[in-house]
Amino acid sequence: MVKEIERTGLPVVHVCTVTPISMTVGANRIVPAVAIPHPLGNPGLSREEEYELRSKLVEKSLRALETEVSDQTIFES
Amino acid sequence: MKLQLGYIDISGVEFADKSEIKNGILYVNEKEIVAEVLQDEHLKAARLEITKPGESCRITPVKDVIQPRCKVEGPGGVFPGWMHKVDTVGSGKTHVLRGVNVVTAGKIVGFQEGIIDMTGPGADYTPFSQFNNLVLVVEPKEGIHPHQYEKAARLAGLKVATMLGELSRELKADETEEFETLGIKEGIEKYPDLPRVGYVMMLQSQGLLHDTYVYGVDMKQSLTTMIMPTETMDGAIISGNCVSACDKNTTFHHLNNPVIAELFKEHGKTLNFVGVIITNENVYLADKMRSSDWTAKLAEFLQLDGAIVSQEGFGNPDTDLIMNCKKLEERGIKTVIITDEYAGQDGKSQSLADADAAADAVVTGGNANMVVKLPALERVIGSTEFVNVIAGGHDGSLQADGSIEGELQMITGATNEMGFNKLSAR
Amino acid sequence: MTKLRVVHYINQFFAQVGGEEMAHIEPEKREGAVGPGLAFNTEFGEQAEIVATIVCGDSYFGENMDKAKETVLNMVKEEKPDLFIAGPAFNAGRYGVACATITAAVKEELGIPAITGMYEENPGADMFKDKVYIIATRDSAAGMRKAVPPMAKLGLKLAKGEAVGSSAEEGYLPNGIRVNFFEEKRGALRAVEMLNKKLAGKAYTTEYPMPSFDRVEPGAAIKEMSKATIALVTSGGIVPKGNPDHIESSNASKFGEYNIAGVTDLDADTYETAHGGYDPVYANEDSDRVLPVDVLRKLEADGKIGKLYDHFYTTVGNGTAVASAKKFGEEIGKKLKADGVDAVILTST
Repeated sequence: MVKEIERTGLPVVHVCTVTPISMTVGANRIVPAVAIPHPLGNPGLSREEEYELRSKLVEKSLRALETEVSDQTIFES
Repeated sequence: MKLQLGYIDISGVEFADKSEIKNGILYVNEKEIVAEVLQDEHLKAARLEITKPGESCRITPVKDVIQPRCKVEGPGGVFPGWMHKVDTVGSGKTHVLRGVNVVTAGKIVGFQEGIIDMTGPGADYTPFSQFNNLVLVVEPKEGIHPHQYEKAARLAGLKVATMLGELSRELKADETEEFETLGIKEGIEKYPDLPRVGYVMMLQSQGLLHDTYVYGVDMKQSLTTMIMPTETMDGAIISGNCVSACDKNTTFHHLNNPVIAELFKEHGKTLNFVGVIITNENVYLADKMRSSDWTAKLAEFLQLDGAIVSQEGFGNPDTDLIMNCKKLEERGIKTVIITDEYAGQDGKSQSLADADAAADAVVTGGNANMVVKLPALERVIGSTEFVNVIAGGHDGSLQADGSIEGELQMITGATNEMGFNKLSAR
Repeated sequence: MTKLRVVHYINQFFAQVGGEEMAHIEPEKREGAVGPGLAFNTEFGEQAEIVATIVCGDSYFGENMDKAKETVLNMVKEEKPDLFIAGPAFNAGRYGVACATITAAVKEELGIPAITGMYEENPGADMFKDKVYIIATRDSAAGMRKAVPPMAKLGLKLAKGEAVGSSAEEGYLPNGIRVNFFEEKRGALRAVEMLNKKLAGKAYTTEYPMPSFDRVEPGAAIKEMSKATIALVTSGGIVPKGNPDHIESSNASKFGEYNIAGVTDLDADTYETAHGGYDPVYANEDSDRVLPVDVLRKLEADGKIGKLYDHFYTTVGNGTAVASAKKFGEEIGKKLKADGVDAVILTST
């Protein structure tokens, strides 16, 4: 799905937990997520902490979209 | 470690006033068993139903299938951590009720659970159409959490299987078989020229309805570890999962692991079956990396020449499978993986979510997306009202005449990735 | 019962016209079976019969591809056959390409069931095995006796419109379409046997060759995020409560498009997941854990992004065929592009 959307020319950032699958299927901008059932959350945290965590992940995703890449890139930090 | 299995052949199941096994018939006092099951405060009602091979009967939604067993000699008891206290099982002697299984069914917990047809085209795909099935249908109390209900249903099945297994304690086995695993040094001395082969068993560990338990411990909380093959025959590993029922290992599969059985058959002839590594399929990437690292590390430590890896499930566990395979191959351990496929209803899509050139020896249990048509059957145990939402079903799967059209993935055990079945794909 | 009508295509060599020196001959049609056609007729028995044989030189076909194809197609059409067979070509390169080309043309342009046979390394096999059934043969004509029965058998099935089994059962070269069938041995035993062969350095055949994946050029980076419209897409199955479009919990056949204009937070009362492949409790409690609408609304209000696009797109990635996912991606991409979206955040579970 990532690849087909990107084929239209739009940059896509793939936020996912299992980054090796994302690499295999061919996403170009990859942001590692928390866990499969809650990629952008962590039920173990308080609501505020969890929101903070999600904010950071979303901002990292936006940064990925602002970054030119020539090859598949995982945005680790 | 050495274990003897004594098979008690069961040719039929009947309700009676007294629970007992006589002349190959399992007599069951329903009242007694239901009373025991209803000790669990989370369950509102329970009943038993009997069905046999060839009957026009459909069981759904199926959660687990359990073969009754009873430990008659040696330490511990069956299903340690659940029905007996934790103690190392796998040695001594265990009775197996061959020909009958306990099937748990009841209101759906999630989207999940499967179908067992006792006749017709569906019966060709599930191994459980070949057994006398004593079906335990449970009903949860209102308002309990899915996690609690799942656990209650799981334990109810184990409880019934243990009670029935117990009936065989004083009986004489119709057939016995012996399995033995040698120590490392002993094995090398005894079979110096045979290749050392291990079995890497991947266990579902992804959360609700996706968990597997080893001696009562949720496998997702464990690192990759080792287990003696005979421990699995005493119920050291039990199933807590049935989503996309086609490729989930029921407790029956763990008790009768086909890879372990086939490796034992070749043990001492063409290969030296060294042991079993069990690993998980967790939802965190770091866990996947760590668990597969550990798999390779243990395999190397055991000085394996070859390994068979069996997967459980599909999707992100495809990554665990590929990681395990790649890391074993990197250490020069020749590896064969067993998986199944999600190649689309037309069979044209790529079958696995992950891939690597190192996975050059693959055995497949078939394409789980294949559409099957199951005719209406005369009797339904459980309820077909959930067929549209179980994995493999779709809105409209259940037709007005009671027939079902859906993907193979709704059939319990159809594309088993331990290689229990003959189904395959090319 | 009337016999099914079969037209057979062979080259100058198998028609016993001559070898390389006769490879230039133009297509000609002869009545009845010629050369290997006799073996096919024997195999067909009472069910079918070769009514005409087309003989063509390999060089002629290769050098005059379009003209030769047209001539042969017309010859085939005249006979109104129920089945077309070409070859088998074994490892003869030009003959294999000719057989495969003409078989594909008969199937596609005339709509007549067609089959050929050749060695797996014949260049014609690689070019056409995804388009027509090609029975795997040995690399020389010594394999004729083994090649004819499976070609005849599968040909009859195609002519009668019967279901075709897997490549392992029927003997055709794997064409990328996975077909289920029952093996003689169970999977665990096959695995042990495969491992023993692998350990001994002997040849074995994997039941699933690993695929290769194509790549796509990365989209250009966003220059001014504060003016960009960002869309959310997920394969995590987030849907309005009650799953109004009945997206399947596994192998989804559709995706959903839902309006989130004015929505600032996805809560347990209004959204849930339809995904059947993971523990749904966390996503059902708070769907922002999968689709971060809350955070993006905040960033929109703060002016960090221009706008959060008014719709989100969702499907269930659980066991969903790659072909479906591809189709969803194409459709979603088209809509987003047309609606002036600048970039996409796609979340997966």
